[in-house]
Amino acid sequence: MYLNQFLLLAAFLFCVGVYGVLARKNGVLVLMSVELILNAVNVNLVAFGAFHNTVVGQVFALFVIAIAAAEVGVGLAIVLLIYRNKQSIDLSEVDLMKG
Amino acid sequence: MLRNAFLIPLLPVISFALILFFGKRLPGKGHEIGVLFVGGAFVLSAICAAQWISRPADYLPPTGHAEAAAVEGAHAAEQASTEAATDEEHPADGEPAAEGEHEVEPIRKAEVREVVWFETGGVEIKAGTRMDGLSVMLVFVVSMISLLVHIFSTNYMHDDRRYTHFFAALSLFTAGMLVMVTSSNTLQLLFGWEMMGLCSFMLIGHWWEEKNNSDAALKAFFTTRTGDIGLLVGISILFFAAGHTFDTETINQTALSGTISSGVLVAAAAALLCAVVGKSAQFPLHTWLPDAMAGPTPVSALIHAATMVVAGVYLIARLYGVFWAGFHIGDGGINPVALIGGVTVIIAALLAFVQNDIKKVLAYSTVSQLGYMVMALGVGAWTAGIFHLFTHAFFKGLLFLGAGSVSHSVHSFDMKKGMGGLKKTMPVTFWTFLIGSVALAGVPPLAGFWSKDEILVGASGNGYPIFLVIGLIGAFMTACYMTRCVYLTFFGEFRGHGHPHESPKAITGPLVVLAGFSILAGFLNAPGIELFSKWTENTTVLAAGVAHHEFSIGLAVVGTLMGVLGIATGFAYYVRNLGPHRLTQRNQAALTGYKILENKYYLDRLYTDMVVGGLKGPVARATYWVNQNIIDGVLNGTAAVSKAVANFTYSVLDQKLVDGLVNGAGAGAEEGGSALRVLQTGRVQQYAAFLFGAVVLMGGALVLFV
Amino acid sequence: MDWFDSWALTLATFLPVVGIVVLAFVPRAQEQLIKTVALVTTIVTAAVGVGILLNFDYGAKGVLQFDPGKKTWIDAIGSNYHVGIDGISLPLLVLSMFISILCVIYSWDHFPEPHNPKAFLMLMLVLEVGMNGTFVAQDLILFFVFFELVLLPMYFMIGVWGGPNRQYASIKFFLFTLFGSALMILGFLALFFKAGNTFDIPTLIEQAGNIPHNTQLWIFGGLFMGFAIKVPMFPFHTWLPDAHTEAPTVGSVILAAVLLKLGTYGFIRIAIPILPEAAITWAPIIGGLAVVGIIYGALGCLAQKDMKRLIAFSSVAHMGFVMLGIATLTDFGINAAVFGMVAHGLITGMLFFCAGSIQERFGTRELARLGGLLVQAPKLGWILGFCAMASLGLPGLAGFWGEFPAILSAYQPAAGLSEPLFRFYMVVASVGTVFAAGYLLWMYQRTAFGTPKEEFAKEHIHDVHGPEWLAWAPMLALIFVLGVYPRFLFGVTDEAVQTVTAAFRAVGGP
Repeated sequence: MYLNQFLLLAAFLFCVGVYGVLARKNGVLVLMSVELILNAVNVNLVAFGAFHNTVVGQVFALFVIAIAAAEVGVGLAIVLLIYRNKQSIDLSEVDLMKG
Repeated sequence: MLRNAFLIPLLPVISFALILFFGKRLPGKGHEIGVLFVGGAFVLSAICAAQWISRPADYLPPTGHAEAAAVEGAHAAEQASTEAATDEEHPADGEPAAEGEHEVEPIRKAEVREVVWFETGGVEIKAGTRMDGLSVMLVFVVSMISLLVHIFSTNYMHDDRRYTHFFAALSLFTAGMLVMVTSSNTLQLLFGWEMMGLCSFMLIGHWWEEKNNSDAALKAFFTTRTGDIGLLVGISILFFAAGHTFDTETINQTALSGTISSGVLVAAAAALLCAVVGKSAQFPLHTWLPDAMAGPTPVSALIHAATMVVAGVYLIARLYGVFWAGFHIGDGGINPVALIGGVTVIIAALLAFVQNDIKKVLAYSTVSQLGYMVMALGVGAWTAGIFHLFTHAFFKGLLFLGAGSVSHSVHSFDMKKGMGGLKKTMPVTFWTFLIGSVALAGVPPLAGFWSKDEILVGASGNGYPIFLVIGLIGAFMTACYMTRCVYLTFFGEFRGHGHPHESPKAITGPLVVLAGFSILAGFLNAPGIELFSKWTENTTVLAAGVAHHEFSIGLAVVGTLMGVLGIATGFAYYVRNLGPHRLTQRNQAALTGYKILENKYYLDRLYTDMVVGGLKGPVARATYWVNQNIIDGVLNGTAAVSKAVANFTYSVLDQKLVDGLVNGAGAGAEEGGSALRVLQTGRVQQYAAFLFGAVVLMGGALVLFV
Repeated sequence: MDWFDSWALTLATFLPVVGIVVLAFVPRAQEQLIKTVALVTTIVTAAVGVGILLNFDYGAKGVLQFDPGKKTWIDAIGSNYHVGIDGISLPLLVLSMFISILCVIYSWDHFPEPHNPKAFLMLMLVLEVGMNGTFVAQDLILFFVFFELVLLPMYFMIGVWGGPNRQYASIKFFLFTLFGSALMILGFLALFFKAGNTFDIPTLIEQAGNIPHNTQLWIFGGLFMGFAIKVPMFPFHTWLPDAHTEAPTVGSVILAAVLLKLGTYGFIRIAIPILPEAAITWAPIIGGLAVVGIIYGALGCLAQKDMKRLIAFSSVAHMGFVMLGIATLTDFGINAAVFGMVAHGLITGMLFFCAGSIQERFGTRELARLGGLLVQAPKLGWILGFCAMASLGLPGLAGFWGEFPAILSAYQPAAGLSEPLFRFYMVVASVGTVFAAGYLLWMYQRTAFGTPKEEFAKEHIHDVHGPEWLAWAPMLALIFVLGVYPRFLFGVTDEAVQTVTAAFRAVGGP
């Protein structure tokens, strides 16, 4: 079994995810990109788990999937609220973190 | 009594203390104590003298083998015994013929008694009395003249405002002189020496309300102190040279033994000579003595004629071994002692001619006579010098007291304006004064003749023709100026005010006694009798091998002729008005000479204005200026620089830099914050971009550098 | 008397502290009580001193006595509480106690402005602690503490009770001496590290020989600066005239009588015995500065217009004689130095008393305005004359024995020193005696002789009175007694001095 293919796939997914997070203005797309990043991590976890012949990697991957679900839930709720307040989900208009 | 000689100086010390503390409460204001105790001292001295004379002359000190003497001396010094070198039994080796121009006769053994004074550095320093002929003679003379002066003063000083103090100081002075002459060592000698200096200061400045008097007192003290530098140095040198001892006998014997290197001896002798020059008013430090006449007349008689001023002469006589060996006196060359004495004889006698104050005439005469004594010692005529000291004390004391008697009557010291014609009104004073003058002039058979003649004999016999000539010229001049003095005072018309009268008994009594001694004292050492030399000559003189010379009729005649010629010249010039008068008005050279004499050779100008004035004025001020501006300036400069540095530290370093840093940290943070503020847009994506960028950078760094 | 043997010195040093504590609780207004307490304290302290004098073993003057042994004090640096006295310390310790009593008596009704006897007397007692402590300390740190302890009260005395220029004078005094002390403590530390980690003086005397010669020289230099400033030697003397001129009378007296001795005592007790080799090298320099000081101080005196300043300058000259004696490194010289220290303490102390009394009576110390003291206050005039005579070294009074033996000893200095050089010093020092006569007698002539100046002619000037007599009579008597019978002092110091110079014979030769 070659680890390389999995790692390259994960890296590609990660890069796409990062691009999405940084470049897209649509809040939902950003959330989806975050999912991509997390899944890239999952791929790595499972691949290393298989490579080392343990189940730890898969266990972690399951955890990550669960948390990602929760995260998306919260994220979508936030996006919904933003939309309700601003009638838009353009993230460049949101600068509430400015102190 | 010779063993208990310490009592002699002790009595006047007690007298001093008693007068000081109780004098004012007594009916006589203290003079009874003074007269009583000094009288006691005189009686003891007389007993001493009698015992000394009756002492068998059976002691043969070591001579010839000088080295042996030195070993003896050193040995004795180390011994803790109370006796000094002379006590050592030493077989008389017999005088080797090679040494002997003189024969050694047995002498009287000195009586030495010492106690340990203190110890320093493990060396015992002793105090004690050493009674030999020289000491006994001086003790006798000093206590006697002091007693006479005490008696004289009871009347002379009667209405003085500080009568009691006067007697206290007289007693202390007597004590000082007696301590000096009885002392067995140089340290104690220094004690007495300085005690006299103090009393001289106190008594010259007795009427200190007048600035002139206190100036004279200070001058006397400073001048003698200047000489005392030499005494301190000389004593120090001899202390080590003689092997850690102050003992005079050991010092003399060591010096004569030749174990001390000649350089050291010359240094010691020269140093001591400085002291002599100061104390005995020799040229060029003689200037204080005439000024010292500012003191009361009895003081002048006692201190500045008969006793204290001969301390220098005594010092040479006492430490004769040092001078003898140091200056090679025995070899007949010209040496500093004789030279200074000779110069003093002439220059002081010259000055005596131009004085109008009777006391100043006598003062210069004293200086001149002291010159004789020093010269005598310098030419190797030890006995003659001491003998002249002895006779001079009587006739010069007499002359001063006579002058006092005159001034007591006419209230003036100026011979030209306040005296004249006193022969009739003051017969006792006149006759005694005349006896004193004739004795001083050296007319036989009075005291001065014998002693002066002996000096001349010594000078010629020891191969010092120059000093013989000086002595003769001096004799001529002495006779001449004394004639002038007697004439101006007692002959002619009375030029003063009031009615002169003969003085009371308390004043004339001492005059008569002294006159008696002035007539008779000279016979003590007249040829054929020669008791004086037998009584006084001590081991030092014998060890040195001082030569004795026969009385010479020819020299005596020449000496007498000079005296008589002097009197005649004086008579002719001053009384008969013969010879070239008013020379000073016609002849430039004479005028210059007169000016120089009148200004006392400008020595006073040199000392007072240049040396003292210079030290007191410019030098002291310059030193103080250096102190205030340079040394203190360095200090204050350091302080100023420190202060400047401190200011700089505070205002620049501290306030600007350090404080600046602290404050700057705040301000910087603020400004940096506002700069960074721009970055904080509040947009999450931007933050994430930073985050990511940072991760990339760090990751890159990790890859690149680790 | 074992108990006394081990506690006497501690008592002598710290009894004044009891007095200070008591004084602290007495209200300021009760002046009579304050004075009494101070007087009693000094007298009790001096009683201990008398006890010491009586119990001192005169058969063993060269060894430390009343030494209870070392008590751990500051363990961390190996410093011990170690006290003891020998023949050199004894006279100085007694002098210090004695002067303290007389100063309290004199100040009985002479308190300078701004009055406040309580503070003044407390300071005086602090001074006494410092002075006594310095003379008994046998440990360098202990010595240093006491040595510095005297600075503070003196600083306040000058700064608070002083004359018009007191600020400058007190600061100068304080900083100057502190500067010296800084170098001195450096020297102490160097000794500690180089000679076996101890501050104990007797131990150091035995061990310091191992220090390399060059290091010794440097250490000696440090100690020299500390002590020379205190003495004070030319050219470190300039604090002295200012301090003396501005200080109140009692301050001047203590300063002259005791404080200056701390410096010379330091040389004899510490610098010279511990570092004999360095002392030989330094001695010509010390001797040279000493004789320069003699002449220089005298010339400085001649230029003065203020009586007190004149006396202050004369101290420079007199301490020059003391230092010359020390520089010869011989028995004679150091004996003379110790004698000179005591004599100078008594004589100059008395002169300052006289100057203070004159100022109090006439309101001025300016020589040009004074005159005729013998007319208006004859007793005071006589006393002044007596002291002037003693000060110029008249035989028969104490000053002579400090001066002449010092001159004498310079003729033959310790082996290893240049004889011609020291003989030259001897002659210069002798010339100094004439100068001494000069300035003292001129001062005397200008103050005492003549008739009173117009401005004071009509005033009633009272003569010496009760407390003055009480304070002065013992000093005058001592000046006289020591002058006539110097054995009282030479007898005590001689053996101890020989112990000091014995350290030398080992170094310098025979």
